[in-house]
Amino acid sequence: MSTALSTRPPEDDRRPGELTFRELLRWVWRQVTSMRTALILLLLLALAAIPGSVIPQTGVDALKTSNWQSDHPKLTPVYERLGLFSVYDSAWFSAIYILLMISLVGCIVPRTFHYWRGMRAKPPTAPSNLGRLPDHASYVTTEDPEVVLERARLLLKRRRYRLGDGTEAVSAERGYLREVGNLVFHLSVLVVLVGFAMGGLFGYKGGVIMLVGDTYGFANTPDQYDEFKPGSLFQADQMEPFSFSIDDFDVDWLTTGPRAGMARGFQSHLKYQDSLAGAEKSYDLRVNHPLTIGNTDIFLIGHGYAPVITVRDGEGNVVQSGPTIFLPTSQSFQSIGVVKAADAEPTQIGLEGEFYPTVAFSQETGSYYSLLGKPIDPMISMLVYTGDLGMDDGVPQSVYALDKSKTTMLTKKNGTPYRVDLRPGETQKLPNGLGSVTFENVAGVPGGVQQWNKIQISQTPGKWVALTGVVLALIGLLGSLFIRPRRVWVRARREGDGTLVEVAALDRSGGGDVAVVVDELVTTLQGKQREDES
Amino acid sequence: MTDAAWESLSNQAIAAAGLLYFLALLAHLVEWASLRKVPLASGAAASESVDIPGGVALATGPDSDEAEDRARRTALFGRLGYLVTCLAVAVHFVSLFSRGMAADPNRVPWGNMYEFTLTGTFVVAFLYAVLYRRLRLAWMAPIVLAFVLTVLMVAVIWLYSPVAPLTEALSSYWLVIHVVSAIIATGAFTLGGITSALYLVKARALARGADAESGYVARLPQPEALDRVAYRLHAFGFPVWTFAVLITGPIWAHQAWSSYWNWDPKEVWAFITWVVYAAYLHARTTAGWKGRNAAILALVGVATLWFNFIGINYFSTTSQHSYAGGAPAPISAETLQR
Ligand code: HEM
Repeated sequence: MSTALSTRPPEDDRRPGELTFRELLRWVWRQVTSMRTALILLLLLALAAIPGSVIPQTGVDALKTSNWQSDHPKLTPVYERLGLFSVYDSAWFSAIYILLMISLVGCIVPRTFHYWRGMRAKPPTAPSNLGRLPDHASYVTTEDPEVVLERARLLLKRRRYRLGDGTEAVSAERGYLREVGNLVFHLSVLVVLVGFAMGGLFGYKGGVIMLVGDTYGFANTPDQYDEFKPGSLFQADQMEPFSFSIDDFDVDWLTTGPRAGMARGFQSHLKYQDSLAGAEKSYDLRVNHPLTIGNTDIFLIGHGYAPVITVRDGEGNVVQSGPTIFLPTSQSFQSIGVVKAADAEPTQIGLEGEFYPTVAFSQETGSYYSLLGKPIDPMISMLVYTGDLGMDDGVPQSVYALDKSKTTMLTKKNGTPYRVDLRPGETQKLPNGLGSVTFENVAGVPGGVQQWNKIQISQTPGKWVALTGVVLALIGLLGSLFIRPRRVWVRARREGDGTLVEVAALDRSGGGDVAVVVDELVTTLQGKQREDES
Repeated sequence: MTDAAWESLSNQAIAAAGLLYFLALLAHLVEWASLRKVPLASGAAASESVDIPGGVALATGPDSDEAEDRARRTALFGRLGYLVTCLAVAVHFVSLFSRGMAADPNRVPWGNMYEFTLTGTFVVAFLYAVLYRRLRLAWMAPIVLAFVLTVLMVAVIWLYSPVAPLTEALSSYWLVIHVVSAIIATGAFTLGGITSALYLVKARALARGADAESGYVARLPQPEALDRVAYRLHAFGFPVWTFAVLITGPIWAHQAWSSYWNWDPKEVWAFITWVVYAAYLHARTTAGWKGRNAAILALVGVATLWFNFIGINYFSTTSQHSYAGGAPAPISAETLQR
């Protein structure tokens, strides 16, 4: 583990300091696998992880990242080139941990052989002068040296020391497993990395917004997802052929206390089949209680409302009807959404606005807001846009946004925006013979408002590998930190009329306190003597 | 007892605990002040001094009655300080317990920053009291007590928030295990950090020569002893932190958010802390990094730990772990880009 160059004098007539290629390689290897390099790489790794916690990461929050990017047009290209939007799979971050792993292997493998020999070795014979060791004690007794030594052997054996041979002194050692623990720890770090990499390469993660109700189903194929993030080696045939629907969704709304209005106790009542022809089963999906089908896990991670809105055009035809997903923007589930009626005649109609589960009016801001997430008095309030919604250009559009560039907003005579404010079951006629908008009252759901759930579905191969790895690492670490390797020697020899017994111990981990061990051994040796004699 | 009664019991108990910590601090200050008049026996005495459990030992100077009196009084105040600290820790626990009982449904007392801070300081004080004899921590008393007292005051004055139920994602028994271990490790690392800081102070004073040593610093154990205590605290904290951050944290994250490691800022910083402490353990066995550099690494570790606890909770908006603002957003922003 030395970091210094070999100090042997050069054997041939090269100038000192000159290296052959092989020596250079060996020197580099020794540098890379030195403890100091590992230490510096560890610190570099810590440093390199910081930017990812400060700069928004595409893999963590894509929306936030793209917002940041449009706010910082100058920095963005620079950051992009440096990989700062996905630090944890950037080349430089990978380089650090790969180097660290190489260093680890290079350090650990040679040590394994070393340990292996050490593991099987007998404890070394006693140094000639035990009094020189920092922790030692001695006493004089009338017993024969052999009796004392035999007793010492017995005592040490019972304390699970390994005994060496030697007749005039006992040498004993324990704590061999410390090195093993250390090895296990370091090797397990590699195991964790493998497990982690498997998840990233072969896994996938996807999300879907599902309407609540047994008429809406989901079958597990990539095109059914709203967002789908496969690993780079993911194969579509890994996907299990399950399907499910959410029959019902319950929420407990807190009505009292400081967090009144907060939701808890979400339950999605799922009906699912784990294969195409499988029997139908049910499961109550809750937060923290995913459903596992084969290798796939299904999670409930969010919920919201999808008011059923019907738009009739100027000719009285229904041009848009169905649940419209509104996205919550606050804890009281004030939500935003849009409706697009591209087939409306004489002109296309777009609605954009908010949904309030329990509506209230603020005199201060002069606008509606939502008091509670629970749908006690639901209402939608939307603005109306007419003109070209831009849906015929062939450019894909977000279903949550209106392209307003070629539309005009309806206004009242006095110039203020014209609003469609509706409670469930109400219809409002649009001016100028444009048609009408209805907020349908859905029977059998809270407040008459349709709901949706955000379901996350993922396969994380290697998660058990990673978990096993960390658990092993922890066990190894405990061994490495708390097993105290130490050597103990007891020598007894005739001196004058009596026998001089010397006891000494050596701590091999640097951190242990072996003075106690010596004291205890001496006390027990003498105590036993008294017991034997009485 | 009603929830409101539990809540006010909790508030009263924390005030009482604060008062007791203050009294304990006073007792230790009297102890150290009266030690000033006792001559240091010799260079070695400083390290010997901590050998007597439960108190700061004294030089056995000239056998005058006055010196002996003073010695007795000093020891008395030392013991008193320790006893009052133990009492304070017990009352502190009552406060935590009743905080949990005040919630409906009853729960573990760590739903927000106030409760985290209460629990964190409890663990620091508890570990100190438990390890007092074993690691001979008498010299640490004034610092630990001042620290706990200050942080408690900050918690009560600025962080207080009324009892509220946990958000859904937080009610999981993995959370209990995860948070207990994270807080225990935080306590150990904090004590370790204090020890490492004192190591640096002591080593510097020694390097400057005996004149630079005075009062408190002169009576600190020798650097080697401080280094060993710091190592044992960190060696205890590191596996616990590993368990919290790399085992139970990911298990819980997997259950709640579907992926066991998200590179969320809180996770990133927990990882950074882990790596820095791994580096600390390495530094202790690497020539040229032993001692001073290792101690500095330990301080960097504590800094990252507390930054994660305070900084990320308050300043990060992306973290799913931001307890400070109450419940997490009802839906992740991911949904918005469809
Ligand atoms: C992923 C990177 C690594 C991590 C997280 C890590 C972690 C640790 C930890 C926590 C210890 C403390 C155990 C103790 O004090 O007994 C340790 C010890 C040790 N590590 Fe590493 N290590 C890493 C890489 C390496 C590398 C690359 C080397 C080789 C150059 C190395 C060599 C050692 C050695 C020799 C010890 C023994 C120290 C002792 O016996 O006290 N480690 N490592």
